Amino acid sequence: MIEVRELTKSYGPTVAVNRVSFDAHAGEVLGFLGPNGAGKTTTMRILTCYLAADAGSATVAGYDVFEESIEVRKRIGYLPESAPLYTDMGVLEYLNFMTQVRQLPKSDRKERIRSVIDTCGLADVIQKDIGELSKGYRQRLGLAQSLIHDPPILILDEPTSGLDPSQIIEIRNLIRDIGQEKLVLFSTHILSEVSATCSRVLIINNGKIVANGTPEELTSQAKGEEIVHIAIRGPQEAVEAQLNELDFVSQWTHVETTDGIAGYQINATQESNAAEALFHVVVQNGWSLTELRQESADLEDVFLNLTDKEQTQLQNQQSAEQADDTNDNDA
Amino acid sequence: MTNIAAIFKKEFRSYFNSPIAYIFITFFLGLSSWLFFRGFFFGNQAEMRGFFGLMPWIFLFFIPAVTMKLWAEEKKIGTIEILMTLPIRDYEVVLGKFFASFALLIATVLLSLVIPFSVMYFGDPDGGTIFAGYIGLLLMGAAYLAIGLFASTLTENQIVAFIFGISTCFVLLIIGEDFVLFNAPNWLYPIFSYLGLGAHYSSILRGVLDSRDIIYYLSVIGFFLYLSTLAVESRKWR
Repeated sequence: MIEVRELTKSYGPTVAVNRVSFDAHAGEVLGFLGPNGAGKTTTMRILTCYLAADAGSATVAGYDVFEESIEVRKRIGYLPESAPLYTDMGVLEYLNFMTQVRQLPKSDRKERIRSVIDTCGLADVIQKDIGELSKGYRQRLGLAQSLIHDPPILILDEPTSGLDPSQIIEIRNLIRDIGQEKLVLFSTHILSEVSATCSRVLIINNGKIVANGTPEELTSQAKGEEIVHIAIRGPQEAVEAQLNELDFVSQWTHVETTDGIAGYQINATQESNAAEALFHVVVQNGWSLTELRQESADLEDVFLNLTDKEQTQLQNQQSAEQADDTNDNDA
Repeated sequence: MTNIAAIFKKEFRSYFNSPIAYIFITFFLGLSSWLFFRGFFFGNQAEMRGFFGLMPWIFLFFIPAVTMKLWAEEKKIGTIEILMTLPIRDYEVVLGKFFASFALLIATVLLSLVIPFSVMYFGDPDGGTIFAGYIGLLLMGAAYLAIGLFASTLTENQIVAFIFGISTCFVLLIIGEDFVLFNAPNWLYPIFSYLGLGAHYSSILRGVLDSRDIIYYLSVIGFFLYLSTLAVESRKWR
């Protein structure tokens, strides 16, 4: 439904979106994950025909976003960041206005308004002015607005930002429900949101896509070594000698000793079931175990890993350039 | 067409949902009646030339105030992002907004008909010139509106839009004034006297509805609405 090829957009010297390519299909909830300023919003603005790309192409439901923008816009429901709404309008008046500008047939308008009020839980506030609504209700009204014409594609820019935890869960459930049959593309910089809602994740950093896959795929990619935290009460020298002997332990570091309990961080080879094995070792030697904790890689590691790598690469490049500059100056 | 109507309705209602329309109408009528009637009784003549003569200057401050929010506010609060991703063409939004502000102007001008009726009570003014004067008023007002609307597309700050609207209208108004024309170089004289917003208005005020004057105002309106559309579209230039 969405095909993006080599999309590029710069604001002056800053490249906001750099040769981004991806596909998305109906029935998918696609999460756009990235730090602030990574280019998520710009990509969305191009897809919704608000901005034009400098280079590359994007088609939505087979229509080019630049050449056939009206056709594209008919098929997209869009909720921009922080749900901008006309504060001087009433809730019902606003939804009514949206049915008009979305060119819904007159006979369907009431039905559609009722349906989105239902879906988004707006029944309590329909008599109010938008200016009086809380942040949570504004976000819901923004969502209602994007659903009013029952679009096959929904693009939501940070739909959960500024909401309280229970509202966030509501919105996530809503997104998941909608994603059963439609294509939902939403951006966030909150990691847990992605694993909770998305069927696929695009991690974007410095305008480039650095990872693309299901949350499970990405986490398993990140798993290389298992890390086990362990605290043992026992003769420290004997314990450390034993640790050196274990073949599944690739590396260990002594963290701290308090009240005769020594804490270690142990890097173990993958799938060695290190935690269990360590437990047996401790029991056989008659020591006592006060802590045993296995760290599992999650999306957070993937994310930090990928975005950090980019950062360091960038810094290396810059320092290399700087070095070149100084060399030039010397010459 | 239905799109333009939808935008028109929304914008027109928004004037009355906020205090803008009420403040505008009250102050406009209050100020113009006061300034007119203050001199009216000294003149001892039942005519409205004084009223129409004031209008280019009163409009100069009132009209940019009506148009300043039309685009600047959308940009400021970000609603422009929803508006411009609707399946509507940019010029349809521009026209819808323009007609909404024009409708507010028409409503205000209709309410100001109290003034000619009071003048008729005191004497027997020439109905033809008053009618022509009102047509001229609407045409000139619409030209100011188009300029103010264009100013509003350029910024997200309403005050900037207001000041820019006033200064553009002011420049276009004074280049047709005698004082500027006599001091302008000869080759500029015909251009200035044609482009001046006020000169065409005063020729309408004489009671002659010349098609040249009407075409002039329609072109000014068309030109600035076109510029507004370009300014709105400019976000997509590449």
